[in-house]
Amino acid sequence: MEVFLQQLINGLTLGSIYGLIAIGYTMVFGIIGMVNFAHGDVFMVGGFIALMCFMILTAWLGLAVIPSLLLVLLIGMILTGLWNWTIERVAYRPLRGSFRLAPLISAIGMSIFLANLVQVLQGPRNKPLPPMIQGNFVLMGSESTTVVLAYKQIVIVVVTVALLIAFWWLVQKTPLGRAQRACEQDRKMAALLGIDVDRTISITFVIGAALAAVAGVMYLMYYGVVSFSDGFVPGVKAFTAAVLGGIGSLPGAVLGGLLIGLIETMWSAYFTIDYKDVAAFSILAITLIFLPTGILGRPEVEKV
Amino acid sequence: MSTLTETAAPVATAQGPSLLAVRGVKTYYGNIIALKGVDLDVRQGEIVTMIGANGAGKSTLMMTIFGSPRAREGSISFDGRDITQMPTHEIARLRIAQSPEGRRVFPRMTVYENLQMGASINNFAHFEQDLERMFALFPRLKERISQRGGTLSGGEQQMLAIARALMARPRLLLLDEPSLGLAPLIVRQIFDAIRMLNREEGLTVFLVEQNAYHALKLAHRGYVMVNGVITMQGTGRELLADPQVRAAYLEGGHH
Repeated sequence: MEVFLQQLINGLTLGSIYGLIAIGYTMVFGIIGMVNFAHGDVFMVGGFIALMCFMILTAWLGLAVIPSLLLVLLIGMILTGLWNWTIERVAYRPLRGSFRLAPLISAIGMSIFLANLVQVLQGPRNKPLPPMIQGNFVLMGSESTTVVLAYKQIVIVVVTVALLIAFWWLVQKTPLGRAQRACEQDRKMAALLGIDVDRTISITFVIGAALAAVAGVMYLMYYGVVSFSDGFVPGVKAFTAAVLGGIGSLPGAVLGGLLIGLIETMWSAYFTIDYKDVAAFSILAITLIFLPTGILGRPEVEKV
Repeated sequence: MSTLTETAAPVATAQGPSLLAVRGVKTYYGNIIALKGVDLDVRQGEIVTMIGANGAGKSTLMMTIFGSPRAREGSISFDGRDITQMPTHEIARLRIAQSPEGRRVFPRMTVYENLQMGASINNFAHFEQDLERMFALFPRLKERISQRGGTLSGGEQQMLAIARALMARPRLLLLDEPSLGLAPLIVRQIFDAIRMLNREEGLTVFLVEQNAYHALKLAHRGYVMVNGVITMQGTGRELLADPQVRAAYLEGGHH
């Protein structure tokens, strides 16, 4: 029982990180029908930007942890957003209207480019970050096992929930979000109504990257290290989450993220930790075979 | 009434300059030519219709005015301004609105949100007021206000598509087959609404129709398009009385 509760807490924490990344996959897929394979690497870049900001703010400038965390989130979101904006302009927009595989191949290229760029600039080794937020609540304790809720887990979940609420409001209630949904449903019609479709797509990439940047900060805080290759596995897991939840569906991305996080941690606890990635990726195959539209995805056919 | 052999190029008459002027426009899909040099004028305050069979190029013309697809030859100007190469969304921002072929209502947005989309060109100035006008014009939309566009019936979607276009307070309204697939009663309702907007608010309308009888009765002037070419033009009444038009588009019970 204690193990289960502990893994539940861990799984939800990890799952919220996956959920944040998954939103970026699902949004881009929704609006231009393309899987942005570089998105995981954008997340990794976000982690590195966060690492540098953390070091500068705390070690050099001696700022306290909470204000520097807020600053890191803000700076990370802006810089990572800028990165993804550039990527879209350079690697995807020129290929719009080309055959469907072209931007996909370009995305894979961009993914390799980003990982290698960071490897060259930062070196191939894991980059550690001194623990920022230490301490935890002991929820249940017995002699053999305890259930703890670390402060950093609380921070991760609280930040994620706050961000998701803000994001939901943006998409549902603002003219920008409405323009985005319009482009997702019928790009040509959106243009006929005066919506600048290219600009809306750019903004989508920026928002997706900003969420991935936050995930990068959380990941760095949670594990305390980041490396150039960290874009790949969390990226594919978040992609799995997006597919499981129903690609194109925003609540689906969050739900999928939480489920993948739980599956991974539960598998590690009850089976073998070596195979946790296999468990998570098997979900991708199973979903694609038996539930291709995902849990909250919509069927392709629509009433006309 | 004149055929093209008699008057080579349509010119703006004493009624005033053209709001929309299409000159020698050729549009291609890949290598296939869809519009083979179209000339057309719509003046301020007019209802102009274009009739023609399925596949004649009517909808292509409607979309070419918006630059999607773009005219490969010729020019299009609106209010004296050349819009041939202007991006689609900027053309829309000149307050040309279209209720397009197939209606293209946003299926997963509510009726209210669809109408908001129409008003975004105006930055939602007089939104509430315009919303009330649309409800007066199409009371059905008020009943359906929080329903998703994709769940509406065909007629309701058509009303929504027109209302969405009107929310922009357009200077020129393009209507692509508003009667397609609708019950006669709803067609009458929609055509009455267009006539009323034109009379009371001076709305300029360019209407493409297969339903030639209703369209020609409604319009001040009309054009006939066959295979990407305009073959006839004249006032609505002249075209209605023309034996060729009657034989090709009216006999067989549209009315």
